[in-house]
Order: sequence, then C-alpha cells, then structure tokens
Amino acid sequence: MSELEVREFHDRHDLAPGEEEEVRLGQRLLGYIVGLGLSILLTATSFFVAGTDLVWQPSIPVALTVLAIAQMGIHLVFFLHITTGPDNTNNVMALAFGLLIVFLVVGGSVWIMSHLNQNMMPMDQIMRMQ
Amino acid sequence: MTDAVLPYAAHGDPHHLRGLQEAVLGHEGPAPKRIVTGYGFWIFLLSDIVMFSCFFASYAVLLRQTAGGPSGSQLFDLRSVAAETAFLLLSSFTCGLASIAADLRNARWYQAAMAVTCVLGLCFLALEGREFSGLVARGAGPSRSAFLSAFFTLVGCHGLHVSAGILWLLTMMAQVYAKGFRADICRRLLCFALFWHALDIIWVGIFSIVYLMGSGT
Repeated sequence: MSELEVREFHDRHDLAPGEEEEVRLGQRLLGYIVGLGLSILLTATSFFVAGTDLVWQPSIPVALTVLAIAQMGIHLVFFLHITTGPDNTNNVMALAFGLLIVFLVVGGSVWIMSHLNQNMMPMDQIMRMQ
Repeated sequence: MTDAVLPYAAHGDPHHLRGLQEAVLGHEGPAPKRIVTGYGFWIFLLSDIVMFSCFFASYAVLLRQTAGGPSGSQLFDLRSVAAETAFLLLSSFTCGLASIAADLRNARWYQAAMAVTCVLGLCFLALEGREFSGLVARGAGPSRSAFLSAFFTLVGCHGLHVSAGILWLLTMMAQVYAKGFRADICRRLLCFALFWHALDIIWVGIFSIVYLMGSGT
C-alpha cells in the first residue's frame, strides 16, 4: 500500500467540522435545501405557536423550547455537518462537553436564583431588623 | 508491504488487526492541517456558545426585574423579529452555497453567494439597529432596568458577532479575489462558514427565548 492510499484512508476517517465526505454538487446542494426547508418549517411553527390561542397556554414555553432545540439540531446536522458518523467523533465529543457546560450554567443559574428568591426573607422583615 | 515497513508485525498482531487497518495504525501521524484547523475553530465556537449561555442565564434571572419599566411584551415587535430571522436564515443558506462554490473552485458563483450573504447580514443589522434606536428613543435603553440591561447585552453581543462576521466575510471575498482558492484561504473559508452558521444557531435561541417567550408573557 502506497503512502498516498494510506493517507486517503486516513482522511476518510477524520473530518473537520463543517465538512462533508462527498464533494458531489447535487447531494451537497440538496443537504442545504433540506436544512433550509426544515428550518423555515420549525421557525414558522415557533412564530405560529407563540401567537396562537389554539394551544393550551402553559404549554407554549415548553413547545417553543422543544422547537428551538430541534432547529438547533437541524442547523448542526445540515449546515455545520456535525453527524454521529465514526469520522466525526472528535467534533461530537467537543459538542457534548460544550452542551454540558451550557446546561450547567443556564440550568444552575436559574435553579439557584429561583431558590434564593424563595428563601429570602420578605423585604419588610429585613427593614425591621435594621 | 514488507516487515521492514511494519516493525511491530513481529509482535503477532495482538489486537487482531490485519491488513489495511494495521497499515493505517502504523502510519498514523498528525492529522491534515485542514482538520486540525477546523477542529480548533469548532472548539472556539463552543467556547463562544458557552459565553452566550452565560448571557442567556443572566437574562433568564433578570427577566422579571423591570424596575417598574416596560416588560418584553410591551416592547417587542414580532414582525421585525420574523424579518430578522428570515434574513439570517437565508444568509446561512447562501453561505452554504458559497462554500460549495469554493469547493468547486468557481470564483464567480462564490463571490455572488458571498455578496448575497453580506447583503442579507447587513439587512439583519439594519433591522436590529432600528429596533435598538427605537427602544432607546422610547426611554427603554439599557440603563432603564436590569431586564433591559440583560436584553441589550445578550442581543447586542449577537449583533456585534454578526458585524464582525460581515467584516470577516468582506476580507474573505477580497482574499479569494486577490489570491484565489489557495489551501490556507480555503481553511479560512471553512472557519468562516462555521462561524456564520453558529451565529444562526445562537439567533434561534434568542428569537425563541427572548422574543417569542417574552412577548407571550
């Protein structure tokens, strides 16, 4: 096996983020068009759900969150080409670590601050102590 | 292939890897520069996303602290937000077209797609600037309340990223025009496309959490 063949084999098993294996025009174009279509669909649904009275009102924030996460997934797969393929392991691991930090920061802040508000003495009692 | 090329072949294949796989493991060296560059930039983008998550967290915490001032449902104009979303989403698409054209080494289509991306990004920035100046003119500037400070920090930081992205976009157009599709310039293009798509991901979070949820309550 020549050095070049080994190199090609190696290349196929390691991809930079944002890169696709095939350089075929039609397939790549189709990927972006499908991504755009799904994004438009999810965005339109989000804007519709936010303004409608047809849905049970307390479920709207949950629905918007789910739609947003779905659309972020669409962007990751179709635009940034982060997939679960074996050639993408490094990128997915970095993404997983980033998501862990994001959930710790956002979830932790919201959780702790809401508990602080609940456990804080009412303002008039604080004023009386002084 | 001889044993001289694969010195470890004498160890009797301890991992039961034969043929091609063995040869690849034997030759495993540093990954191509393109892959290392893209991976490093991906890690930068993730750190950028972590920074935005801090702004999202402070916005969520300060959402109700309006200090008697206007809340989101009184301020946000969803039609302008929908237009901004459309501009940014379409610019992400044309940026994808530009990276396809760059891979095909088609300079004309590349410059056209990048120019469209630039125009769409500028439309986004113009709408956002109009919204911000309108808020400040109505006395709802960033110093009005903790809620508005958090709002301007989060959305303004995204706007700054888009502005920086447009400067980078113009630089990439000029570099391809002056130097052609050299390997190092193609690596920069890969990074730029990643950056532009990541901005769109952050905008999805902003329009869902800030604008749509904020205008409902």
